[in-house]
Amino acid sequence: MTSKTAVKRSPKTADDAQPDTRPDAPRDAPLDAMMPVPFRIVKRTQELADTFTIELTPASGRGGAFAFRPGQFNMLYAFGVGEVPISISGDPANPKKLIHTIRNVGAVTQAISNMKVGDEIGVRGPFGSAWPVEKAEGSDVLIITGGIGLAPLRPAIDHVLANRGKYGRFVILYGARSPADVLFMEQLTAWRGRLDTYVDVTVDHATRDWAGNVGVVTRLIERANFDAYHAKAFICGPELMMRFTIKELSSRGLKDEDIYVSMERNMKCAIGHCGHCQFGGKFVCKDGPVFPYSSVNALLKVRGL
Amino acid sequence: MGKEGDRVQAAAASVAVIAASEGLDALLKLLQRGGYRTIGPKVRDGAVVLEDVSRADELPLGLIDDQQPGAYRLSQAKTPAYFDFTHGSQSWKRYLFPPKEKLWSAQKTNKGFEVQHDVDAPKYAFIGVRACELNAIAIQDKVFIEGDHVNTSYRERREKALIVALNCRRAGGTCFCASMNAGPKVERGYDLALTELTGKNGHSFLIEAGSEQGEKILAKLDARPATPADLKAAAKAVDQAAQSMGREMPKSARKILSKNLESAHWQDVAKRCLDCANCTLVCPTCFCNTTTDSTSLDGQNAERWRQWDSCFTLDFSYIHGGAIRREGSQRYRQWITHKLASWHEQFGVSGCVGCGRCITWCPVGIDITAEVRALAKGK
Repeated sequence: MTSKTAVKRSPKTADDAQPDTRPDAPRDAPLDAMMPVPFRIVKRTQELADTFTIELTPASGRGGAFAFRPGQFNMLYAFGVGEVPISISGDPANPKKLIHTIRNVGAVTQAISNMKVGDEIGVRGPFGSAWPVEKAEGSDVLIITGGIGLAPLRPAIDHVLANRGKYGRFVILYGARSPADVLFMEQLTAWRGRLDTYVDVTVDHATRDWAGNVGVVTRLIERANFDAYHAKAFICGPELMMRFTIKELSSRGLKDEDIYVSMERNMKCAIGHCGHCQFGGKFVCKDGPVFPYSSVNALLKVRGL
Repeated sequence: MGKEGDRVQAAAASVAVIAASEGLDALLKLLQRGGYRTIGPKVRDGAVVLEDVSRADELPLGLIDDQQPGAYRLSQAKTPAYFDFTHGSQSWKRYLFPPKEKLWSAQKTNKGFEVQHDVDAPKYAFIGVRACELNAIAIQDKVFIEGDHVNTSYRERREKALIVALNCRRAGGTCFCASMNAGPKVERGYDLALTELTGKNGHSFLIEAGSEQGEKILAKLDARPATPADLKAAAKAVDQAAQSMGREMPKSARKILSKNLESAHWQDVAKRCLDCANCTLVCPTCFCNTTTDSTSLDGQNAERWRQWDSCFTLDFSYIHGGAIRREGSQRYRQWITHKLASWHEQFGVSGCVGCGRCITWCPVGIDITAEVRALAKGK
C-alpha cells in the first residue's frame, strides 16, 4: 500500500555528508553519527573473572589516532547483537591505542567478551564530556572510585601523572568488593609506589591474604591528605557510593563546583536523540557523563529521576 | 502589536487567493504531478487517520469529532466542510519520524563486516497541517536537526516535504493550543495555508502562500485574488476556534513542575495511570526511541532498526542492576516534567503544543492540564 523508495547509500556519499565538527574527529568518522565504524581487536586481556580489556585499531588498516578526552565514551557494537556505551580506558596521550575495559554483565558485553584478537567490532564516538583535567591544574586532585569505575578514570590518572608538575597533591582512593575484584592491580601497585601519589585501596570483603583496608571507600577520605579548598575531586561509582562520597567531601570543605561525578544511564544513540539517558533536563550522553556536582546536586537527591 | 499584525496580513494578502472547494482536488492533482506523495486525513475504523490521499473525495467531508478525556467520536456536521474535525490520534510525526525505520544494514565479510546506510525519504506533501502540528514539527526539528548531531533521514524527509497548512475554525474538547501559544492560526513554516470558508457565499478556501514554492503552486490554481472581506471572514473563523478551546494549560506550568519533583500527587496519578504509553505515542513531539539489532538466520547479515519508545516502560531506564524509574509515579513524573519543564532547558521551548491528544487517547482520561493544576495546589 505504501510505495517506499529505498535509497541506499554508501556512508561516503558526499551529499549525505554531515560535517563532523569535532576537532579531534577520527580519520574514519562516518557521515552519520549512528553508523558504526569497524575496528579490529588487536589485543585482549582478561583483567578479572568478569572484566576484560580490548585494544582496537581501525579495520580499514589505515591506522590513525583516535583522539579523545579522559572520561569520554564510545558506543561499541557486537555484530548482530547490539550496542553498549563503554568508557575509553586508555591513555589520552597515546591515542593510537583505542582501549576499553569492559565488565561482562549483559548480552552485548558477553558477545564482546567472546571475541578474539582479529575479530571486528563497531565503534561510534567519542561522545560526551570529560574530566576537567586542565581546569584542575594547580589544584590537588582526588580520584575516588569503586569497581569498574576505575576504568573511565584511568585516562585522567594517566594525564595527571604525565603532567605531574602541573598539579598539587594527587590522591587515588579505590574500593572493590574483594581483593580478587581489584581492577588494574598492577597499575594501582605501581602508582602506590610513587612518592608523588597517594593511593589507598579498600575492599568490602577481605580474604586472608589481604593486608589492606576493609570497608567502604568513603572511609578512606578522612585519612587522605589534601587541601579541600584547593582541590578537585573526580568520582565514578554507583550513585549511592557517589552520594556518600560527596557528603564526606563536603564535610571536609570541598565546594560542590569542585566535585565532578560521572553518571550512568541507559543509552541508545549517544547523540541526544533517543531520550533514554535523560536526568532531569540533562542528557547524560551529551551534557555528561561527567558533570560538576553543582549542576546535578538537586537532581541526585530525587529518587527515580 | 496591531501594526505588526496589519503588516503580516498585508503581506499575506498579496499572495492570497480564493478557490472553490473543488480547487482542493486540483491542488492534490497538481502536487501529485509534481512528484509528491500526498498525505492527508481519511476515516478508518471510526477515526481520522493520516494516509495517502489521491482525490479530495477521500477526505472526511462533513465529519466533526467529539473529543473528551478518554473519548473520541465522529459525527455528521450540520455544515459540510472538509476539515472541521480537529485531529485524530496520528500526527505527521509518523511520516517525518516513522514508528519503525531501518538505520543501516551490515554484511559479514571475510575479515569482519561492512555497514551500509539506509535512507527511506519519499517526497511528501502533507495536506491539512494544523498550527499545533506545525509547531510540533518545528520542535522535532530542534531535536533531530538543530543540535550537534543530525538525524540524516529525518532531515532528508523534512527538507523534501511540502506543507499545506490549515487554520482551524473549530477547536476540540481537549484542545488547548491557544494557551500554549501554538495555534489555532498557522504563523510560519508552511508552503500553503488553507482556511475553509462556508456560508452564504458557498464553500471555498482562502489559500495563502508561505514560501516561494507555495506561490508557484498558487499561481497554477484556478482562483481569484482574495478580498479584504475574505480575509476578514477567515480571521473570524480562526478567532472562533481560539475562543472555543476545550482546555487551558496554566501559564506557569514549567515552574509548577520544576518545584514539585517530590509532590505526593505523583502517587495519586500513578493510581490512575496504566503505564500504557498511549500519551507518548500520540504526542506529536515525543521523540524517544530505541534501537534494535537483528541478524539473519545464517548470521551473515545484520540490521539496526530505530523505533518509537516510551518513558512509560520499565525497560526504558534500565541499566545494569535494574531500571532507574521503577515506579509508575516516577515514570509519569518523567513524562510530564520533561514535556512541560525540562524541555525548555534542553531545547528552549515547551515540548507541548496543546493538541490534547494525550488527554483524548488516555484510556483512563488523565488530563495533562488538570494534573498541572492539581500539582500547583500541592495536592
